[in-house]
Parts: sequence; structure tokens; C-alpha cells
Amino acid sequence: MNSMTSAVLDESKVVLETRQLTKSFGGLVAVNSANYRFIERQAHAIIGPNGAGKSTFVNLLTGHFPPSSGEILFKGQRITGFPAHKVSRLGVGRSYQKTNVFPVFTCFENCRLAAQAQLPTSMRFLRPAAMYKEVNERADWALELCGLTSRRDRIAGSMSYGEQRQLEIGMVLATGPEILVLDEPLAGMGKEESERMVGLLKDLARRFTLILIEHDMDAVFSIAEVLTVMVNGTVLESGSVEAIRASKAVQDAYLGDGAEAY
Amino acid sequence: MSRLPRSLSILLSAVIVLLAAYPFFGDVLFPNKHAFLMQKLTGIMIMAVMAMSLDLLVGVAGLVSMGHAAFFGLGGYMLAMLSPEYSAANLWVVLPAALVVVAIASAMVGYLSIRTSGIYFIMVTLAFGQMGFYFFNDSKVAGGSDGAYIMFKPAVEILGVSLLNLGDKRTLYYVGLGALVGVYLLLRLLLASPFGRVVSAIGVNENRVRGLGFDPVAYKLLAFTIGGTIAGLAGFLAAIQYGFVNPATLSWHHSGEALVMVILGGMGTLFGPAIGAFVFELAKMGFESVTEHWLLPMGMMIIGIVLLLPKGVGGLLLQLFSGRSKMEGGQ
Repeated sequence: MNSMTSAVLDESKVVLETRQLTKSFGGLVAVNSANYRFIERQAHAIIGPNGAGKSTFVNLLTGHFPPSSGEILFKGQRITGFPAHKVSRLGVGRSYQKTNVFPVFTCFENCRLAAQAQLPTSMRFLRPAAMYKEVNERADWALELCGLTSRRDRIAGSMSYGEQRQLEIGMVLATGPEILVLDEPLAGMGKEESERMVGLLKDLARRFTLILIEHDMDAVFSIAEVLTVMVNGTVLESGSVEAIRASKAVQDAYLGDGAEAY
Repeated sequence: MSRLPRSLSILLSAVIVLLAAYPFFGDVLFPNKHAFLMQKLTGIMIMAVMAMSLDLLVGVAGLVSMGHAAFFGLGGYMLAMLSPEYSAANLWVVLPAALVVVAIASAMVGYLSIRTSGIYFIMVTLAFGQMGFYFFNDSKVAGGSDGAYIMFKPAVEILGVSLLNLGDKRTLYYVGLGALVGVYLLLRLLLASPFGRVVSAIGVNENRVRGLGFDPVAYKLLAFTIGGTIAGLAGFLAAIQYGFVNPATLSWHHSGEALVMVILGGMGTLFGPAIGAFVFELAKMGFESVTEHWLLPMGMMIIGIVLLLPKGVGGLLLQLFSGRSKMEGGQ
């Protein structure tokens, strides 16, 4: 009963795919037989009310939870059950719903640590990390992309909430991902901070395959090309932004239902 | 922890210079106690090495080990067991051999305990430490509960020419100082490396490190092994100094003392735990000379420092000196 996620069916452009992906916690089925196809360079948003299973789905995609059943394929290669660090190495970067930076490190150090993921291994012991030219350059590139160059040497914990959210994304970028999985990047942000972040996300949508989990409807409609609506762990509807806006089922289940809508 | 404020580096270097000069002016300052104090300081510097090695685990990687003394003790026991009874051992053989054995032991203990965390990690390392204690206490391997003597200090020779006489108190003092400075610099270098950055990050937020593409288990295991091996070096040096090893060197009391040094000195600052070793041992010496119930004032001092200086002596120094260097326009 799950619909295909996209009108485009060029198999070679599918970078990430889930087949009958299911996760249950005891009796609760958080994600139920989810079939998704994420297309290269497409901005794909997953929306749905609280408890719909969006964050669990992200945790499955990025290896933070092992699935109960089903498959995950990255460029056709089966990565089901891969641990999080391996999934990240393959090129699936993720940001977290709760700000998850290293508060005692400077902005730059946060990104440099992430950029070290580009080295074949960080089991290198005597040469200071500061002397790895490519790592440092990549860290600075990520800082620039997420708009924090002016905050380079600030201690991350001393920055504003919005800046820490930006850094969160900068760190993901520094790891050199192909796919960005962003879990509620706008959560808890003020209006001005949100606008800046939406600008950043639009920019990223042009460069990467984007999988965006978000509550903010205006933001989602302005960034995403493909929308999937998740309710109670299952895909309710999937399609272009216009199609979802027009869908009666979606309006009933989500958009129209006062309590959860924004 | 990146670079130290310059003024603090200067202060620490001055302390090292003072320690290096001590054998030359000590007998003027303390005519009656000079030799005793020099031995005492040698022992403290060796314990400072132990404290720094534990700080790599506790303060940097977030691995609170209660069995660290097992590796210290094992290092000493290896010297005792490898030394011939009636002649001196060759340091170039026994030191690497001892360190390899300790490294293997720490890797094994690490492998079995690193997957646990928090209180479970404390309990598992405590259990392994006590296993080590009872192994030497209850078996006849090296004197059982009586311990074992090292009759001859290892010989340090190249092509038959003696380089150092470890039986000489002053020489051993400088060996201790060299170990203190050498291990400190080595650990600083290690912490600045890509490996060290990952380990430091694990101590802050292990899950995020995994999300960035690093397997925390591998990094923690290696840090644990390095820390254990350095503790083994400290134990090896202590065994040379005292010419004696006993099971108490492996016991959890000793692990606990090292942990107190780390906490007093300031977790994760590296130089702090070395200072912590001096504070702990000198305070102990002072209290012991006043009362046989020295544990009581000692406990009060520890409580006092922990309450007043939650980040330890090292944290206080960092705070004082980073403030000043900012005024000077430094970073």
C-alpha cells in the first residue's frame, strides 16, 4: 500500500532506498514497512505529526538504530545493520534534532574533527591535527558554507542557539557527505534565525541530496521538491509539493487537523 | 584543551627548572632531610606519570577506571620477575619486555570492559584490578603476599659502557623528572594529533563522534592501552626506586589514590593531575608527620579542594592565566 516516492523512476539516480523498513519497540511499531526512494540531488522532505516515526526513520537510515526488518540500500549496496560510523563514512551525513556540537571546542575545532572523517583513518598519533592541510581547508570550507567563518575561533558553547544549529550542519558538511539527513534543523529557532537557516538549506538543496525532517510547513514548501507525509509509522502520501498541498487525505490527517499544524 | 596560556607554560617550565635544580640546592635548604626529600620527590614524580596516564582515560576519554593500579603494579612485577637473582638485568631488555606485557594486559582488559560505560565500566575495571591483586597476592609467582625484592638495579649500558647508575639516588631523581617531562610532552603531542582529537571528543559526546564516522570503541581501546602502558612504565620506575614490589601496588586503594590525584589536579588538563600528585603526596607527608590519624585531615583537605575548586588546581590555574593572557592581547 506504500506508494512510490517519486515520479522519476530512473533507477540509476536512486541514491538511497528503503524496502519494507520496519522498526518496533516492544509492541509499538514506530516505522512500518516504509518504502522510500531518495533521488540524487533532490530535496526530499518528510513531514508528519509528532510521533509519526520520522526521527526513528532517520535513526534507521543513518545506522543509529538497527531495523527490526526490511532493507536499506545505498547506491544499490545493501547497508542494513551497518553501524552509524560506517554509514557516515559511506557519505550519509546527519544532523541532530537536539543541538549536538562539542561545546568545549571552538567552531573550527568542531568542523576539523568532522573533516578528519575524510582521512582514511584518524589513528594518526604524532603529527598535530593542525598540520593536516586538507583537513583544515575542508573545515574552513564547511564553516564558510554554513556561514560561520566570522565565528571560527569562538567556543561553540558560547554561541547563540541559532549559530550552534548552523554549526551542527557545518559539521555534517565537513565530513564530506553526498546525502544530508537533517533532523528538524529549524527546531526551536527564532524568526530571524529561521530565515537564515532556510536560506542555507536552499543553498544546500542545490548541492546535495537532501532529506529533511521538518515541522515548519512554510519552510518545507519553500525548500523541498518531493514531500512525504508520514502518519503512525506509515507513508500516507508522497509526491510533489503541489500534489501534497492538494491532497485531501493529507489535509485531513495532518495539515487541517488544528492541533499539530503550524 | 588546546594550547596552554603562555604565562602558564612559563610558570610550569619554571617549576620544572626548579625541580631540576633541586639536587644542587636541596642540602642548603633542608640540611637534615635532603636525601629523604630527594627520594620522596622521585617517588612523587613517578606517581605524577601515573596520574597523567590515568587522566588520559578519566579526564580526556571519559573512561573512569578504578583498576588503573593493576597496570602500574604489573609493570613493577615484570621487573621483579625478569631480573636475575644475583646480577643486574639489562634495562634495554627488561623495560621493553615489561611494557609489552603491560600493553597486552591493558589491551585485553580494555577489550573486555570498554563496551560498558558509566558505573558498569568502573565496576568492571575495579574487578579486573582486584583480579590482578589477588593473582599476585595468592599465587607463588613472585613472593605472594610478601612481595618480591629486586636485588640489583637494572644496568643501563651501551656496548658495555655504563650510561646511568640507577642505584644512585640523584641519577634516579633525574630519571623520574625525565619521565615526568617526557610523558607530559608525549601526551600533549598525542592529544593534538587526529587520534587525540577524536579521543577528546569521545570524552565530550561519544554518540556524536560515532555519527561523524569514527568508531569510538577502537579509539577508546587504544587510549586505554596507551594509558595502561604508561602506568606500567611508572610502576616499573617505582620498582627500580624501591627495589621491592608487593601486591598492594595493584590494589584498588592505589587506583583510588591515583584517581584522587587526577580530581584534585583537574581532570582533562594533563598538567593538573601531575600537580595533583605533588599536592596529594606532600600533604600526606605533612599530615603523617603531625598525626598518625593523617587520613582525617587528608580527607578534609580533599573535600575542601573539591568543593572550592570543582575543576581542580589545574582548572584554577587555567582560569587565572587565561584571564591574564587575554589582557596581554594573547589568545
